[in-house]
Amino acid sequence: MTLTITAQTVSVESIEKLNELSGESVKKCMQCATCTGMCPMVQEMDFSPRKVMHLSQFGLMDKLKDINTYWKCASCHACSVRCPRGIDIAKVMEALRQQVLRKSKNHIEPSEISAEQITELPQIALVAGFRKFTS
Amino acid sequence: MKISYYPGCTLKTKARNLDRAAVASLEALGVGVNEIERWNCCGAVHSLTADDLIHQVGPVRNLIRAKEQGAEKLVTLCSMCYNTLARANRIMQNDPVKRDTINRFMDEEIDYAGEVEVVHYLTYLQQEIGWDKVKEQVKVPMTDLKVAPYYGCTLQRPAEIGIEPFGSYALMAGLLEAVGATVMAFDAADKCCGSYQVLGVPAGENSAGAAIVNLAASAGVEALATSCPLCEYNLGKQQQQMIDKGKIATTIPTYYFTQLLAVALGLDAEHCHFELNDPQSAGLLRDKKCLAAAA
Repeated sequence: MTLTITAQTVSVESIEKLNELSGESVKKCMQCATCTGMCPMVQEMDFSPRKVMHLSQFGLMDKLKDINTYWKCASCHACSVRCPRGIDIAKVMEALRQQVLRKSKNHIEPSEISAEQITELPQIALVAGFRKFTS
Repeated sequence: MKISYYPGCTLKTKARNLDRAAVASLEALGVGVNEIERWNCCGAVHSLTADDLIHQVGPVRNLIRAKEQGAEKLVTLCSMCYNTLARANRIMQNDPVKRDTINRFMDEEIDYAGEVEVVHYLTYLQQEIGWDKVKEQVKVPMTDLKVAPYYGCTLQRPAEIGIEPFGSYALMAGLLEAVGATVMAFDAADKCCGSYQVLGVPAGENSAGAAIVNLAASAGVEALATSCPLCEYNLGKQQQQMIDKGKIATTIPTYYFTQLLAVALGLDAEHCHFELNDPQSAGLLRDKKCLAAAA
């Protein structure tokens, strides 16, 4: 993917919104990719956590809107504990999820979960999943 | 000695094997267990957005119940409950603005400022009872059982609430050694099992969980010990489906560490509820001649 970054493509507003929601500063990231190396879900992700951080630094929300990375994130904080810049990357991923969910868009539909799965799953899986995937 | 205890929802139903074995073990070690009254769901996951305080109300209410009932410490067991309670507690201790907002929001509850200490069961055992005393009480040692502590994410992360530093598994290793097991190390003890991602994935196709089981198998681990019902579901109960889908080559029985403790203390199998584990779990203990009480 080729990115052309100019003063016009950078969205200061998007960066500020992301920082405010996450309580972090995405600009601190120095692109070392330690987060990507630590992430247990990275093989299933469209973009690596490092790449998401890079796009976030320029507020390029268009490039982030259809990817699965922040939906695949399990908030395990493996990235956060090893980030040499002290960024809680899991919080940035949460902010990206919340920007979708707060527009009343569900990522999964609870009504589509099979009765069999509901019977089997521990309650914490359902509560956690609904918290992370539904508005 | 008596402790205040928060079980959490899953431990009352699908993870009774975690809860019942824990309570019976503490009683066998001379500790009374007082389940706090009127507890509610902890919320399962900590809210990570800076402006979301409403989801802190659930865990904080539980802490208030403990304070009202005179508890200085609240012992909990499920890794996810421990994580959400401990993190909400830190907000109430360290963030006066959020603390005031949350306290003002709750009309009927007393004010709370983090007075109750949230303690994980393993920490409690090590600090208040000690591995030597546990060892003295062992009646059925887990001789020859090669078991690896599996912590997953929420017992250790983030660092400020971790029961021990990232990369260290001394608490569970200490307990497993005390019950006579051979403690094994493997490269995925702190890796995420896939957690609530299981909601969107067909049975047996959780690659994060499969990677952990495969790494355990290649390290010669015979069994995994965990503290979390979601880890147990992803790693233990899903194993047959993972085999069927070709994700893993061999099964590894998965236990709650409290079940191994209860068996070692010689408690009746009725306290352990092995019927809720993956099917091969009770079988391995029987093969190792550890499950005399449940035979």
